[in-house]
Amino acid sequence: MHARATDPMVPRVLRVRSRRRDGPQVWTLQCDDGANEPPGFAAGQFNMLTAFGVGEVPISFSGDPARPQRIVHTIRAVGAVSSALTRLGAGAALAVRGPFGTGWPMSEAAGRDVVLVAGGLGLAPLRPALYQLLAQRAGYGRITLLYGTRSPQEILFRREIDSWRKLTGVMIEVTVDHAMPPWHGHVGVVTALIPRARFDPRRTLALICGPEIMMRFAAEALGAAGVASEAIYLSLERSMKCGIGRCGHCQFGGLFICRDGPVIRYDRLREPLRVREL
Amino acid sequence: MEGVAQILAEHPFFAGFDPAYAHLVGHCAKNVRFDPGRYLLQQGASADQFYLLRHGRVALELSGAGRGTVTFQTLGPGELVGVSWLVPPYRWTYDAKALELVRAISIDAACLRGKSEADHDLGYEMMKRFMPVLIQRLQAARLQLLDIYGAHP
Repeated sequence: MHARATDPMVPRVLRVRSRRRDGPQVWTLQCDDGANEPPGFAAGQFNMLTAFGVGEVPISFSGDPARPQRIVHTIRAVGAVSSALTRLGAGAALAVRGPFGTGWPMSEAAGRDVVLVAGGLGLAPLRPALYQLLAQRAGYGRITLLYGTRSPQEILFRREIDSWRKLTGVMIEVTVDHAMPPWHGHVGVVTALIPRARFDPRRTLALICGPEIMMRFAAEALGAAGVASEAIYLSLERSMKCGIGRCGHCQFGGLFICRDGPVIRYDRLREPLRVREL
Repeated sequence: MEGVAQILAEHPFFAGFDPAYAHLVGHCAKNVRFDPGRYLLQQGASADQFYLLRHGRVALELSGAGRGTVTFQTLGPGELVGVSWLVPPYRWTYDAKALELVRAISIDAACLRGKSEADHDLGYEMMKRFMPVLIQRLQAARLQLLDIYGAHP
Protein backbone atom coordinates (compact mmCIF):
# COMPACT_ATOMS: atom_id res chain seq x y z
CA MET A 1 0.00 0.00 0.00
CA HIS A 2 2.79 2.37 0.88
CA ALA A 3 4.65 1.53 -2.34
CA ARG A 4 1.48 2.22 -4.31
CA ALA A 5 0.98 5.56 -2.59
CA THR A 6 4.49 6.75 -3.41
CA ASP A 7 4.73 5.41 -6.96
CA PRO A 8 4.73 8.56 -9.13
CA MET A 9 2.93 6.72 -11.91
CA VAL A 10 -0.03 5.74 -9.72
CA PRO A 11 -2.70 8.43 -9.45
CA ARG A 12 -4.84 9.17 -6.43
CA VAL A 13 -8.39 10.44 -6.50
CA LEU A 14 -9.36 13.99 -5.64
CA ARG A 15 -12.83 15.45 -5.15
CA VAL A 16 -13.75 18.86 -6.45
CA ARG A 17 -14.80 21.11 -3.58
CA SER A 18 -15.61 24.16 -5.67
CA ARG A 19 -15.34 25.49 -9.19
CA ARG A 20 -15.08 29.17 -10.02
CA ARG A 21 -14.97 30.95 -13.35
CA ASP A 22 -11.90 33.16 -13.54
CA GLY A 23 -12.20 34.38 -17.11
CA PRO A 24 -13.40 33.37 -20.54
CA GLN A 25 -12.76 29.61 -20.75
CA VAL A 26 -10.77 29.73 -17.51
CA TRP A 27 -11.89 27.94 -14.35
CA THR A 28 -10.30 27.40 -10.98
CA LEU A 29 -10.92 24.07 -9.27
CA GLN A 30 -10.42 23.69 -5.54
CA CYS A 31 -10.03 20.04 -4.67
CA ASP A 32 -9.75 18.13 -1.44
CA ASP A 33 -6.88 15.70 -1.21
CA GLY A 34 -8.16 12.57 0.45
CA ALA A 35 -4.67 11.35 1.30
CA ASN A 36 -3.91 11.05 5.01
CA GLU A 37 -0.75 13.03 4.49
CA PRO A 38 -1.08 15.24 1.42
CA PRO A 39 2.31 15.44 -0.27
CA GLY A 40 2.41 19.24 -0.32
CA PHE A 41 3.97 21.18 -3.13
CA ALA A 42 6.42 23.94 -3.90
CA ALA A 43 5.31 27.11 -5.68
CA GLY A 44 5.91 26.56 -9.39
CA GLN A 45 5.40 22.79 -9.43
CA PHE A 46 2.68 21.02 -11.40
CA ASN A 47 0.38 18.02 -11.18
CA MET A 48 -0.74 15.60 -13.87
CA LEU A 49 -4.54 15.76 -13.74
CA THR A 50 -6.79 13.10 -15.23
CA ALA A 51 -10.33 13.60 -16.43
CA PHE A 52 -11.64 10.06 -16.28
CA GLY A 53 -12.24 8.57 -19.69
CA VAL A 54 -10.66 11.51 -21.48
CA GLY A 55 -7.00 11.82 -20.59
CA GLU A 56 -4.26 13.40 -18.52
CA VAL A 57 -2.67 16.88 -18.73
CA PRO A 58 -0.04 18.82 -16.77
CA ILE A 59 -1.47 21.74 -14.80
CA SER A 60 0.48 24.03 -12.46
CA PHE A 61 -0.60 24.61 -8.88
CA SER A 62 -2.27 27.98 -8.42
CA GLY A 63 -3.09 27.73 -4.71
CA ASP A 64 -1.29 28.42 -1.48
CA PRO A 65 1.64 26.09 -0.66
CA ALA A 66 0.89 26.66 3.03
CA ARG A 67 -2.43 24.82 2.56
CA PRO A 68 -1.36 21.48 1.02
CA GLN A 69 -4.65 19.75 1.82
CA ARG A 70 -6.43 22.14 -0.56
CA ILE A 71 -5.26 21.54 -4.12
CA VAL A 72 -6.03 24.43 -6.44
CA HIS A 73 -5.59 24.45 -10.19
CA THR A 74 -6.55 27.16 -12.68
CA ILE A 75 -7.32 25.64 -16.03
CA ARG A 76 -8.09 27.07 -19.46
CA ALA A 77 -10.38 24.93 -21.57
CA VAL A 78 -8.45 24.54 -24.81
CA GLY A 79 -8.34 20.80 -25.54
CA ALA A 80 -10.46 17.74 -24.78
CA VAL A 81 -8.88 17.01 -21.38
CA SER A 82 -8.68 20.55 -20.09
CA SER A 83 -12.24 21.20 -21.26
CA ALA A 84 -13.46 18.09 -19.44
CA LEU A 85 -11.63 19.14 -16.27
CA THR A 86 -13.21 22.60 -16.34
CA ARG A 87 -16.66 21.00 -16.52
CA LEU A 88 -16.19 19.10 -13.25
CA GLY A 89 -18.54 20.40 -10.59
CA ALA A 90 -18.51 20.13 -6.80
CA GLY A 91 -18.23 16.51 -5.68
CA ALA A 92 -16.88 15.23 -9.00
CA ALA A 93 -13.82 13.01 -9.01
CA LEU A 94 -10.58 13.44 -10.88
CA ALA A 95 -7.23 11.74 -10.59
CA VAL A 96 -3.90 13.31 -9.83
CA ARG A 97 -0.25 12.40 -9.99
CA GLY A 98 2.35 14.70 -8.55
CA PRO A 99 3.61 17.13 -7.54
CA PHE A 100 6.30 17.20 -10.20
CA GLY A 101 9.12 19.45 -11.33
CA THR A 102 11.16 22.28 -9.95
CA GLY A 103 9.64 25.18 -8.06
CA TRP A 104 10.36 28.89 -8.01
CA PRO A 105 13.64 29.57 -6.11
CA MET A 106 11.95 31.07 -3.07
CA SER A 107 14.98 30.64 -0.80
CA GLU A 108 17.06 32.74 -3.21
CA ALA A 109 14.49 35.52 -2.95
CA ALA A 110 15.20 36.16 0.73
CA GLY A 111 16.24 39.75 1.35
CA ARG A 112 16.00 40.72 -2.32
CA ASP A 113 13.60 42.70 -4.46
CA VAL A 114 11.35 40.29 -6.32
CA VAL A 115 9.81 41.07 -9.71
CA LEU A 116 7.14 38.71 -11.00
CA VAL A 117 6.24 39.09 -14.67
CA ALA A 118 3.11 37.23 -15.71
CA GLY A 119 1.45 36.91 -19.09
CA GLY A 120 -2.10 35.65 -19.55
CA LEU A 121 -2.70 32.38 -17.75
CA GLY A 122 0.92 32.56 -16.55
CA LEU A 123 -0.32 34.42 -13.50
CA ALA A 124 -1.70 31.14 -12.15
CA PRO A 125 1.67 29.36 -11.62
CA LEU A 126 3.08 32.57 -10.12
CA ARG A 127 0.26 33.01 -7.60
CA PRO A 128 1.67 30.40 -5.15
CA ALA A 129 4.98 32.27 -5.17
CA LEU A 130 3.18 35.53 -4.48
CA TYR A 131 1.24 33.94 -1.60
CA GLN A 132 4.52 32.80 -0.12
CA LEU A 133 6.19 36.20 -0.55
CA LEU A 134 3.24 38.02 1.01
CA ALA A 135 3.02 35.56 3.92
CA GLN A 136 6.63 36.36 4.81
CA ARG A 137 6.57 39.95 3.61
CA ALA A 138 9.30 41.18 5.98
CA GLY A 139 11.76 38.69 4.52
CA TYR A 140 11.94 40.40 1.13
CA GLY A 141 12.62 43.80 -0.42
CA ARG A 142 10.19 45.39 -2.85
CA ILE A 143 7.69 43.01 -4.41
CA THR A 144 6.46 43.88 -7.89
CA LEU A 145 3.92 42.04 -10.01
CA LEU A 146 3.73 43.06 -13.66
CA TYR A 147 0.85 41.33 -15.37
CA GLY A 148 -0.10 41.49 -19.01
CA THR A 149 -3.15 39.93 -20.53
CA ARG A 150 -5.37 40.20 -23.56
CA SER A 151 -8.19 42.45 -22.42
CA PRO A 152 -9.75 43.75 -19.19
CA GLN A 153 -12.31 40.93 -19.34
CA GLU A 154 -9.53 38.33 -19.16
CA ILE A 155 -7.78 39.56 -16.02
CA LEU A 156 -7.37 36.60 -13.67
CA PHE A 157 -7.94 36.77 -9.92
CA ARG A 158 -9.26 40.31 -10.21
CA ARG A 159 -10.44 40.63 -6.59
CA GLU A 160 -7.15 39.32 -5.25
CA ILE A 161 -5.21 41.73 -7.44
CA ASP A 162 -7.26 44.58 -5.98
CA SER A 163 -6.47 43.39 -2.46
CA TRP A 164 -2.74 42.99 -3.21
CA ARG A 165 -2.67 46.56 -4.48
CA LYS A 166 -3.60 47.80 -1.01
CA LEU A 167 -0.56 46.20 0.61
CA THR A 168 2.41 48.39 1.43
CA GLY A 169 5.67 47.66 -0.33
CA VAL A 170 3.87 45.79 -3.06
CA MET A 171 3.53 47.22 -6.56
CA ILE A 172 0.97 45.67 -8.86
CA GLU A 173 0.69 46.86 -12.45
CA VAL A 174 -1.68 45.34 -14.97
CA THR A 175 -1.65 45.99 -18.68
CA VAL A 176 -3.83 44.67 -21.49
CA ASP A 177 -3.20 44.32 -25.21
CA HIS A 178 -6.22 46.40 -26.13
CA ALA A 179 -9.15 47.90 -24.32
CA MET A 180 -12.34 49.86 -24.72
CA PRO A 181 -13.87 52.35 -22.29
CA PRO A 182 -14.25 52.43 -19.33
CA TRP A 183 -10.80 50.82 -18.88
CA HIS A 184 -8.37 53.42 -17.53
CA GLY A 185 -5.42 51.15 -16.80
CA HIS A 186 -2.33 50.45 -18.87
CA VAL A 187 -2.58 49.27 -22.47
CA GLY A 188 0.43 47.73 -24.18
CA VAL A 189 2.85 44.86 -23.78
CA VAL A 190 3.92 43.79 -20.31
CA THR A 191 7.58 44.48 -21.06
CA ALA A 192 6.72 48.19 -21.31
CA LEU A 193 6.00 48.11 -17.57
CA ILE A 194 9.51 46.97 -16.66
CA PRO A 195 11.22 50.38 -17.02
CA ARG A 196 8.48 51.92 -14.85
CA ALA A 197 8.89 49.43 -11.99
CA ARG A 198 11.02 50.31 -8.99
CA PHE A 199 13.59 47.68 -8.09
CA ASP A 200 17.31 47.47 -7.53
CA PRO A 201 18.55 45.34 -10.44
CA ARG A 202 21.67 44.24 -8.55
CA ARG A 203 19.61 42.64 -5.79
CA THR A 204 16.55 41.56 -7.74
CA LEU A 205 15.21 38.09 -8.39
CA ALA A 206 12.82 37.88 -11.35
CA LEU A 207 10.22 35.17 -11.92
CA ILE A 208 8.53 35.04 -15.33
CA CYS A 209 5.64 32.91 -16.53
CA GLY A 210 3.58 33.25 -19.68
CA PRO A 211 3.71 32.51 -23.40
CA GLU A 212 7.26 31.71 -24.46
CA ILE A 213 7.61 34.74 -26.75
CA MET A 214 6.51 37.04 -23.96
CA MET A 215 8.95 35.41 -21.52
CA ARG A 216 11.82 35.88 -23.94
CA PHE A 217 11.08 39.56 -24.40
CA ALA A 218 10.52 40.03 -20.67
CA ALA A 219 13.83 38.36 -19.81
CA GLU A 220 15.65 40.56 -22.33
CA ALA A 221 13.95 43.69 -20.97
CA LEU A 222 14.94 42.74 -17.42
CA GLY A 223 18.48 42.17 -18.66
CA ALA A 224 18.45 45.62 -20.25
CA ALA A 225 17.34 46.99 -16.89
CA GLY A 226 20.43 45.45 -15.29
CA VAL A 227 19.12 42.16 -13.87
CA ALA A 228 21.63 39.34 -14.36
CA SER A 229 20.56 36.24 -16.32
CA GLU A 230 21.40 34.17 -13.23
CA ALA A 231 18.71 36.04 -11.32
CA ILE A 232 15.93 35.45 -13.86
CA TYR A 233 13.78 32.31 -13.81
CA LEU A 234 11.26 31.18 -16.41
CA SER A 235 8.57 28.53 -16.21
CA LEU A 236 8.48 26.52 -19.42
CA GLU A 237 5.79 24.29 -20.77
CA ARG A 238 6.23 21.33 -23.09
CA SER A 239 4.27 18.11 -23.60
CA MET A 240 4.80 16.71 -20.14
CA LYS A 241 3.53 13.12 -19.91
CA CYS A 242 5.25 10.90 -17.33
CA GLY A 243 6.29 13.75 -15.05
CA ILE A 244 9.52 12.07 -14.02
CA GLY A 245 11.85 12.45 -17.01
CA ARG A 246 11.44 8.96 -18.41
CA CYS A 247 9.21 9.16 -21.46
CA GLY A 248 11.01 12.01 -23.24
CA HIS A 249 7.89 13.80 -24.45
CA CYS A 250 8.96 17.07 -22.88
CA GLN A 251 12.58 16.98 -23.96
CA PHE A 252 13.97 20.46 -24.63
CA GLY A 253 17.56 20.18 -25.81
CA GLY A 254 19.38 18.50 -22.97
CA LEU A 255 16.57 19.10 -20.51
CA PHE A 256 13.41 17.27 -19.56
CA ILE A 257 11.01 20.02 -18.65
CA CYS A 258 8.97 17.80 -16.31
CA ARG A 259 12.03 16.93 -14.23
CA ASP A 260 14.61 19.70 -14.82
CA GLY A 261 11.84 22.32 -15.06
CA PRO A 262 9.33 23.73 -15.44
CA VAL A 263 11.20 26.49 -13.56
CA ILE A 264 14.63 26.98 -15.09
CA ARG A 265 17.19 29.76 -14.81
CA TYR A 266 17.40 32.01 -17.85
CA ASP A 267 21.12 31.59 -18.48
CA ARG A 268 20.38 27.92 -19.25
CA LEU A 269 17.55 28.84 -21.61
CA ARG A 270 18.67 31.87 -23.54
CA GLU A 271 20.32 29.94 -26.38
CA PRO A 272 17.88 26.99 -26.62
CA LEU A 273 14.94 29.39 -26.74
CA ARG A 274 16.35 30.88 -29.93
CA VAL A 275 16.34 27.49 -31.68
CA ARG A 276 13.29 27.00 -33.85
CA GLU A 277 11.07 23.98 -33.20
CA LEU A 278 13.14 22.86 -30.21
CA MET B 1 12.95 79.77 -22.64
CA GLU B 2 15.79 78.90 -20.24
CA GLY B 3 13.26 77.15 -18.04
CA VAL B 4 11.96 75.05 -20.92
CA ALA B 5 15.50 74.16 -22.04
CA GLN B 6 16.23 73.01 -18.49
CA ILE B 7 13.06 70.90 -18.36
CA LEU B 8 13.93 69.44 -21.75
CA ALA B 9 17.41 68.49 -20.57
CA GLU B 10 15.91 66.70 -17.57
CA HIS B 11 13.43 64.68 -19.63
CA PRO B 12 14.52 61.03 -20.16
CA PHE B 13 14.06 61.41 -23.91
CA PHE B 14 16.84 63.98 -23.94
CA ALA B 15 19.14 62.24 -21.46
CA GLY B 16 22.73 63.09 -22.33
CA PHE B 17 21.65 65.63 -24.95
CA ASP B 18 24.22 68.28 -25.86
CA PRO B 19 23.25 71.43 -23.90
CA ALA B 20 23.71 73.52 -27.06
CA TYR B 21 21.13 71.34 -28.84
CA ALA B 22 18.83 71.50 -25.83
CA HIS B 23 19.02 75.27 -26.10
CA LEU B 24 18.20 75.09 -29.83
CA VAL B 25 15.29 72.71 -29.37
CA GLY B 26 14.12 74.83 -26.44
CA HIS B 27 13.25 77.55 -28.95
CA CYS B 28 10.63 75.16 -30.40
CA ALA B 29 9.24 74.04 -27.03
CA LYS B 30 6.64 75.17 -24.54
CA ASN B 31 4.96 73.79 -21.44
CA VAL B 32 1.38 72.58 -21.85
CA ARG B 33 -1.27 70.89 -19.72
CA PHE B 34 -4.38 68.90 -20.55
CA ASP B 35 -7.27 68.14 -18.25
CA PRO B 36 -8.57 64.56 -18.11
CA GLY B 37 -10.55 63.70 -21.22
CA ARG B 38 -8.96 66.39 -23.39
CA TYR B 39 -7.21 65.37 -26.59
CA LEU B 40 -3.52 66.04 -27.19
CA LEU B 41 -3.98 65.20 -30.85
CA GLN B 42 -6.73 63.86 -33.08
CA GLN B 43 -6.77 61.51 -36.04
CA GLY B 44 -6.58 63.30 -39.40
CA ALA B 45 -5.41 66.61 -37.99
CA SER B 46 -2.15 68.19 -39.02
CA ALA B 47 0.83 66.81 -37.03
CA ASP B 48 2.22 70.17 -36.01
CA GLN B 49 3.79 69.14 -32.71
CA PHE B 50 4.72 66.26 -30.49
CA TYR B 51 4.71 65.92 -26.72
CA LEU B 52 7.15 64.79 -24.08
CA LEU B 53 5.13 63.66 -21.09
CA ARG B 54 6.14 64.91 -17.67
CA HIS B 55 3.10 63.94 -15.64
CA GLY B 56 -0.04 61.90 -16.19
CA ARG B 57 -1.03 59.16 -18.60
CA VAL B 58 -2.27 59.34 -22.17
CA ALA B 59 -4.30 56.77 -24.14
CA LEU B 60 -3.67 56.27 -27.84
CA GLU B 61 -6.98 55.39 -29.47
CA LEU B 62 -8.39 54.33 -32.81
CA SER B 63 -12.06 54.68 -33.65
CA GLY B 64 -14.00 52.96 -36.36
CA ALA B 65 -17.61 52.66 -37.37
CA GLY B 66 -19.24 49.75 -35.60
CA ARG B 67 -16.18 49.03 -33.45
CA GLY B 68 -16.24 51.96 -31.09
CA THR B 69 -13.03 53.32 -29.66
CA VAL B 70 -10.17 50.96 -28.96
CA THR B 71 -7.15 51.92 -26.85
CA PHE B 72 -4.05 50.24 -28.25
CA GLN B 73 -1.41 51.84 -26.03
CA THR B 74 -1.07 54.00 -22.97
CA LEU B 75 1.91 56.23 -22.30
CA GLY B 76 3.18 57.85 -19.15
CA PRO B 77 5.80 60.23 -17.75
CA GLY B 78 9.12 60.06 -19.57
CA GLU B 79 7.55 58.92 -22.83
CA LEU B 80 6.69 60.77 -26.01
CA VAL B 81 3.39 61.17 -27.80
CA GLY B 82 3.29 61.61 -31.56
CA VAL B 83 5.63 60.47 -34.31
CA SER B 84 3.62 61.35 -37.43
CA TRP B 85 5.26 64.78 -37.57
CA LEU B 86 8.43 63.01 -38.73
CA VAL B 87 7.21 61.96 -42.16
CA PRO B 88 4.87 63.45 -44.80
CA PRO B 89 1.95 63.98 -45.00
CA TYR B 90 2.38 65.07 -41.33
CA ARG B 91 -1.09 63.98 -40.21
CA TRP B 92 -2.07 62.13 -37.04
CA THR B 93 -3.27 58.59 -37.59
CA TYR B 94 -4.84 58.12 -34.15
CA ASP B 95 -6.19 60.08 -31.19
CA ALA B 96 -4.29 60.75 -27.97
CA LYS B 97 -6.46 61.45 -24.95
CA ALA B 98 -5.42 62.54 -21.47
CA LEU B 99 -6.55 59.89 -18.95
CA GLU B 100 -5.68 62.16 -16.07
CA LEU B 101 -4.16 65.62 -15.67
CA VAL B 102 -1.29 65.69 -18.14
CA ARG B 103 1.68 68.04 -18.06
CA ALA B 104 3.95 67.90 -21.06
CA ILE B 105 6.43 69.76 -23.19
CA SER B 106 5.00 70.50 -26.61
CA ILE B 107 7.57 70.76 -29.38
CA ASP B 108 6.69 72.61 -32.58
CA ALA B 109 7.28 70.12 -35.37
CA ALA B 110 7.87 72.59 -38.22
CA CYS B 111 10.33 74.49 -36.04
CA LEU B 112 12.28 71.32 -35.18
CA ARG B 113 12.21 70.05 -38.77
CA GLY B 114 13.59 73.42 -39.89
CA LYS B 115 16.41 73.33 -37.34
CA SER B 116 17.19 69.73 -38.26
CA GLU B 117 17.41 70.64 -41.95
CA ALA B 118 19.70 73.53 -41.10
CA ASP B 119 21.91 71.41 -38.84
CA HIS B 120 22.03 67.76 -39.89
CA ASP B 121 23.99 66.82 -36.77
CA LEU B 122 21.00 67.92 -34.73
CA GLY B 123 18.69 66.03 -37.09
CA TYR B 124 20.80 62.88 -36.74
CA GLU B 125 20.85 63.23 -32.96
CA MET B 126 17.06 63.53 -32.96
CA MET B 127 16.72 60.47 -35.22
CA LYS B 128 18.94 58.44 -32.88
CA ARG B 129 16.49 59.25 -30.10
CA PHE B 130 13.34 58.58 -32.08
CA MET B 131 14.40 55.33 -33.74
CA PRO B 132 14.59 53.23 -30.53
CA VAL B 133 11.11 54.46 -29.61
CA LEU B 134 9.80 53.54 -33.05
CA ILE B 135 11.46 50.11 -32.92
CA GLN B 136 10.08 49.41 -29.43
CA ARG B 137 6.59 50.35 -30.57
CA LEU B 138 6.91 48.23 -33.70
CA GLN B 139 7.97 45.22 -31.61
CA ALA B 140 5.15 45.82 -29.17
CA ALA B 141 2.67 46.05 -32.04
CA ARG B 142 3.95 42.73 -33.40
CA LEU B 143 3.44 41.03 -30.04
CA GLN B 144 -0.07 42.48 -29.77
CA LEU B 145 -0.78 41.31 -33.32
CA LEU B 146 0.33 37.76 -32.44
CA ASP B 147 -2.37 37.62 -29.77
CA ILE B 148 0.00 35.59 -27.60
CA TYR B 149 -2.42 35.39 -24.67
CA GLY B 150 -5.18 33.84 -26.76
CA ALA B 151 -6.16 30.19 -26.33
CA HIS B 152 -3.83 28.02 -28.39
CA PRO B 153 -4.27 24.26 -27.93
